[in-house]
Amino acid sequence: METTVADLKRGQKGIIKEFTENLLPIKLLELGCLPGNVIELVQVAPLKDPIYINVNGSHIAIRRSMAEQIALDIVEEEDVVL
Amino acid sequence: MSKQINVALIGNPNTGKTSVFNQLTGLNQKVGNYPGITVEKKEGICKLPRGVKAHIIDLPGTYSLNTTSLDESVAVELLLNKNDKDHPDVALVVSDVENLKRNLLLFTQIKDLKIPAILVINMADRMSRKGISIDIELLEKKLNAKVALVSTRKGTGIDRLKELIADYKNISKVPNVDTTAIAPDYFERLKNAFPKEDVYKLWLVITQDVNFMPIQKNLIPDTSSFATKSKSELKRLQQKETILRYQFINGILKETYKVDVNAAKGFRATLDKILTHKIFGYLIFFVILLTIFQAIYGWSEYPMDLIDGFFASATEWVKETLPPGVFTNLIAEGILAGIGGIVIFIPQIAFLFLFISLLEESGYMSRVVFLMDKIMRPFGLSGKSVVPLISGTACAIPAVMATRTIENWKERLITILVTPFTTCSARLPVYLIIIALVIPEGNVLGLSFKALTLMLLYLLGFGVAILSAMVLNKILKIKSRTFFVIELPNYKLPLFKNVAYTVLEKTKSFVFGAGKIILAISIILWFLGSNGHSDDFKNAETIVTKRIEAEGFNTFSESYIENKIAEYKATLPIMGLHESDPAYQDSIALHTVVLEERALNQEIASYKLKHSYMGIMGRAIEPVVRPLGYDWKIGIAVLTSFAAREVFVGTLATIYSVGNDEEETIKHRMAAEVNPITKEPLFNLASGISLLLFYAFAMQCMSTLAIVKRETNSWKWPAGQLVFMSLFAYIVALIAYQLLK
Repeated sequence: METTVADLKRGQKGIIKEFTENLLPIKLLELGCLPGNVIELVQVAPLKDPIYINVNGSHIAIRRSMAEQIALDIVEEEDVVL
Repeated sequence: MSKQINVALIGNPNTGKTSVFNQLTGLNQKVGNYPGITVEKKEGICKLPRGVKAHIIDLPGTYSLNTTSLDESVAVELLLNKNDKDHPDVALVVSDVENLKRNLLLFTQIKDLKIPAILVINMADRMSRKGISIDIELLEKKLNAKVALVSTRKGTGIDRLKELIADYKNISKVPNVDTTAIAPDYFERLKNAFPKEDVYKLWLVITQDVNFMPIQKNLIPDTSSFATKSKSELKRLQQKETILRYQFINGILKETYKVDVNAAKGFRATLDKILTHKIFGYLIFFVILLTIFQAIYGWSEYPMDLIDGFFASATEWVKETLPPGVFTNLIAEGILAGIGGIVIFIPQIAFLFLFISLLEESGYMSRVVFLMDKIMRPFGLSGKSVVPLISGTACAIPAVMATRTIENWKERLITILVTPFTTCSARLPVYLIIIALVIPEGNVLGLSFKALTLMLLYLLGFGVAILSAMVLNKILKIKSRTFFVIELPNYKLPLFKNVAYTVLEKTKSFVFGAGKIILAISIILWFLGSNGHSDDFKNAETIVTKRIEAEGFNTFSESYIENKIAEYKATLPIMGLHESDPAYQDSIALHTVVLEERALNQEIASYKLKHSYMGIMGRAIEPVVRPLGYDWKIGIAVLTSFAAREVFVGTLATIYSVGNDEEETIKHRMAAEVNPITKEPLFNLASGISLLLFYAFAMQCMSTLAIVKRETNSWKWPAGQLVFMSLFAYIVALIAYQLLK
């Protein structure tokens, strides 16, 4: 299984690798959700879904199902500039 | 004629675009609709230096020129169509300091259209707090464009912005990015096929995912000649285009935009943690809702009583001052009574819009969406349905339009169908007056019973909306992909000016929109109520006088006289008269004569009303409404309410003032009505609850039906709403009355 945005823990960051399906809405890309960009999990809603991410400086909420389509490499260190 | 230029304001949602608009235009603005569609069109006039005047349009917020909704396509349509009378001479792209990167995406697209563009960076007052510094000069050079740094909160930078607009002819129109680089072959072919057209414009028209409007498709005579690209290929190209633009933008921002990460966090993160907390989040949301209802009921009672009293004395004044006749009666009994019935609700409606606009402006509303999404999904709704459901408490019309942000068609349709169950401001007048009449005084936990009843009615509206959503979710077989993307904007202290404009604008449109209907209905009702063709109507005076001579007053009049005499007796000792004085009996006798005369007139008036055209109609429908505990007068009011609910109070006010000789407030008149069968007050707990429930559920709003038709593009859905909701309302009201009576 590939690591996706849905696997991030709160406060954890990752770099977007690719989209596992070609179904992501263009709006998400325009908000800065593009391969190579850093994505941070800011907050998880009380019932675990949706999740609240910061990507490219955009603070957005997406559903878990969509997050599972965004593959990434988790970044461990702190000094990533968004 | 002085020169006027067209200016379009465009930008992402939540950038303070509307604040810039308000700063530029002040009160010189008007809100209307784009022809044929229900997208709100805000325009205004701004005076620029050197005698230039600017006509400014505030376009719907959009993240890019790739449209996904009707609102966005309005913006794109205007930018593409050079023949539109509003086509901008210059575009102001509004960005906030924190999301400059994302906003520049839109900026580069607009530059590609070769429209002179000014980048307006708003919220400059936040820069130091967020640790942001921008090299404006370098940014202007790199973008080959003009940049204005403004703060609408502090009012800085606006003058320079006006200078820049006036000087629009000197703005470079050279694009920043070469879009054709993503697929040179393809664009080459496109260019050859339409040598006269701009390639980027063609590209935009081809890629639009818009099924809402005939957007410029006619610009391309034959799409098939270059339909070599499949839909998924086009999507991949769009993706490439976005990446290309971001490469350009990142390159520029690296040199011009610095942010100290440590300064940026803190406040927002803390607030987010609390407001989306699994317990506090919901608790805070609930307390906010509670406060709103307490405010609507408690705080607005005082101004409402004042307005009610004012209209009662105005009516009296008209009757005393103007010469008696049909015209005076029309003003006093038809027009004034009708208008009074609507003006009285201004305080509440203003409060409601005040709270809703505060929630929207502060950024809290999108946290609610985040909190509620998972909870709403089992009901076939989305977190985004919460916004229509909440703004439905103001009015279902903007609420139905607000569903456009819901990406999934099934979720959107269900939201549209159930939104009219939420308690809109038009129900408020009905609720308030009936609650005031039938719910007893008293408190529990600092909340009055009346406020609690109101709150329960709101909860009931939500509850039924959600339950019907669940049923619809099971019934409707619609397959559509789920997208859910919502921005969680930074928290902002709401700008007083923005909130004030919203409250003013919405209240005004409520009063005038509803006022027109109410006025028309009031006049018609007055005519029907004060005219009749039967002998009973024409000879009312003789018939009633004879009957009273033979049988005495009816029980209502008797108790009326008794009560008034008792009241009068109580005042006599204060005036120095005591039972032993001979003058005491005399003045009581005198007063009795006056009261009897009044009672006679009232009986004549109500006899006349009963045999007027309206009385005949009312009694025809009475069998239908009697099981619900209503008399024919309420029946008429319920019937006219199918035009718009708020007509109810105005209608009753008109009916009672026609059938009543004494000028009193609406509330008193309603309290004095007696049920002809039970001889008890007509508005008691049973009939009151029955009415409240009927109004809670019935689909009594033609405007909502019209908007649902427009948004769903079919008569099927609004027709279903009308039948189902009204039938449901009737049954529930029937059960309630039969159980409580």
